[in-house]
Amino acid sequence: MLTTIRDLFRFSPSFRFGSLILMVVAAFVLLSAFSPYEEDRLRRKVKRNQPPSADFVFGTTSQGQDVFWSLTFAIRNTLIISGIAVFIGRGIGVSLGMISGYLGGIFDRAAQSIVESVIVVPRLPLLILIGSILRGSLTMFTLGILIGILDWAYPSKRYRAQVLSLRERDFTHTAVFSGMPSFKIVLREHLPFIIPFLLADVISGFLFSIGIEVTLSYLGLANLDSPTIGTMIYWGNYYQSIPAGRPWVMVVPMVTAILMVLGFYLMSVGLGEYLDPRKRLVRLTAHASDEADEDDPRKEKEDAWAP
Amino acid sequence: MGETKAHPMNLLRTYILPRILQWALVIFVGISATFLIPRLSPINPVDEMIGRMTAFASIDPHAVVSMRESATALFGLEGTLLEQYGRFWARLFTGDLGVSFGNFPRPVSDIIAAGLPWTIGLLSVAILISWVSGVFLGALAGYFHDRRWAQFLERFVVVVYPIPYLIIAFVLIFVFAWWLKWFPLVGGSRGQPGLTWDYISTLLYFGFLPALSLVIGSTAFRFIMAKSLTTTEIASDYVQYAELAAVPKRKIILFYVARNTMLPQVTDLALSLGALFEGALITEVLFAYPGLGFVLYNAIYNADYNIIMGITLLSIAGIATASLIIDLLYPIFDPRVRLR
Repeated sequence: MLTTIRDLFRFSPSFRFGSLILMVVAAFVLLSAFSPYEEDRLRRKVKRNQPPSADFVFGTTSQGQDVFWSLTFAIRNTLIISGIAVFIGRGIGVSLGMISGYLGGIFDRAAQSIVESVIVVPRLPLLILIGSILRGSLTMFTLGILIGILDWAYPSKRYRAQVLSLRERDFTHTAVFSGMPSFKIVLREHLPFIIPFLLADVISGFLFSIGIEVTLSYLGLANLDSPTIGTMIYWGNYYQSIPAGRPWVMVVPMVTAILMVLGFYLMSVGLGEYLDPRKRLVRLTAHASDEADEDDPRKEKEDAWAP
Repeated sequence: MGETKAHPMNLLRTYILPRILQWALVIFVGISATFLIPRLSPINPVDEMIGRMTAFASIDPHAVVSMRESATALFGLEGTLLEQYGRFWARLFTGDLGVSFGNFPRPVSDIIAAGLPWTIGLLSVAILISWVSGVFLGALAGYFHDRRWAQFLERFVVVVYPIPYLIIAFVLIFVFAWWLKWFPLVGGSRGQPGLTWDYISTLLYFGFLPALSLVIGSTAFRFIMAKSLTTTEIASDYVQYAELAAVPKRKIILFYVARNTMLPQVTDLALSLGALFEGALITEVLFAYPGLGFVLYNAIYNADYNIIMGITLLSIAGIATASLIIDLLYPIFDPRVRLR
């Protein structure tokens, strides 16, 4: 794991840049713990409609909120919602994909036709339907669960494909013929290949969830009292901050949203390059010539391949 | 060549029939989910509605009782769950989606029918432009991957691709409609509808930014896929052979590489229709474009469940059918499926 991350940092500029952005985002999340205002008491704390200044770095809103400190909570909450969604979505996706890949047969065929159907169903109208029925009682937590329940079909397809290809690899046959128990093959031989995919997939799950959170909040379907990136945009729009000449109220959360998804996406691009066998070869040759003198090249190769 | 003429029945059995079964399953799963979701929720829409109505005025208790009865009937909430389910399907088959509460007593199907042409128009134009430009730009950028313009294009796409539709649309509104005032802020057209240039030009004028916001995101998605497919494709023997044989580059890209990368993109288009449709909904909300998205937005605002439900049902059936059509057309593009 650590070697993977070290390699990624070394060879992938996009991974480096992406994780740099996310570190800044993480710093904001940490800052939320030091906010001078409490999360649910952000309103009417400061002078209204102040432009960015030394006192208020990102200005203030029409409701008397300090945009900077609201933002620290908003980033944290959006990440919590997405985190719950990703956890649930990947939980269903990984287990279903791996089970149907290993079991095969009728279960696999049944699961696949359900997965294929769910992929085609547009999710936003369903989310809007649920959101408008639950309006008011939709907390951050339930919103996260809701997004997660609708985001597992595509990932599960990818895990299934991975398992199917792993099952046909030579080392699997070797392990089977040498009498290794099945669960050991799955845990020790296959899981190391699945985990990098999981990592890339988790990132794309964050991209989807952040987008959906922003959209649902903008439509007024989330809990509008808790600050998230989406609700900041919602209230900024509600109080007409752009026509009224207070662009900072909306520009700040929007730029933040762009930076967050960009950070995640750049990391996944770097990870994708790392997982791509052809690019891996290029990297290996560079790697081997780097350290050929000190290390046995074969060992080096094994290191780099181990995820 | 040992090519035998494929029997059309074979294609029907191995490709068309399973695909149609799949379609039926999507419709069944989607519509059943839409039926169940409101009923599983802890909130009763009838109580909600009556609560809203009685919040501002005191109403005679007898009237409340009869209101409750008629609202229960309107929502189709009478009888056991199974009876409700049966009636739900029966109503769907007759095209009856109930009446709107926001615009009582206008039928939901009427309101949806008014918005539908706008969404279909916007969506098909955006899909056409983004698919073609994504596939060809991706092929060009993949083939000339070491050129500076190709690298610049890729950087740009990587930055744009992950941005949610909502934010892309917002940025376009701020810059081009609000700040520069090049395009209108809201609406779909001006003047008397008809096949006159005056009317069509307003359609283009009003539709430009909404379409652009959709095209940007979906082109980026198509581009990324096309470029990675092209990178694999140009390593093939036939491309190297064509290069050695000094076939013009234009010909290699257009007739060899792009033709091969197009096939998986056709399949993927069928899979990504749902996401494109969602993008169109969001775009229409932001631009107040008179399509389904805007209808949906107003319905959310008025808590008009029947409309939200109707749009959900229609979008599931519509997307499933559209992707079925794309998949059924696929054998025309790919002779390998035809001759299996």
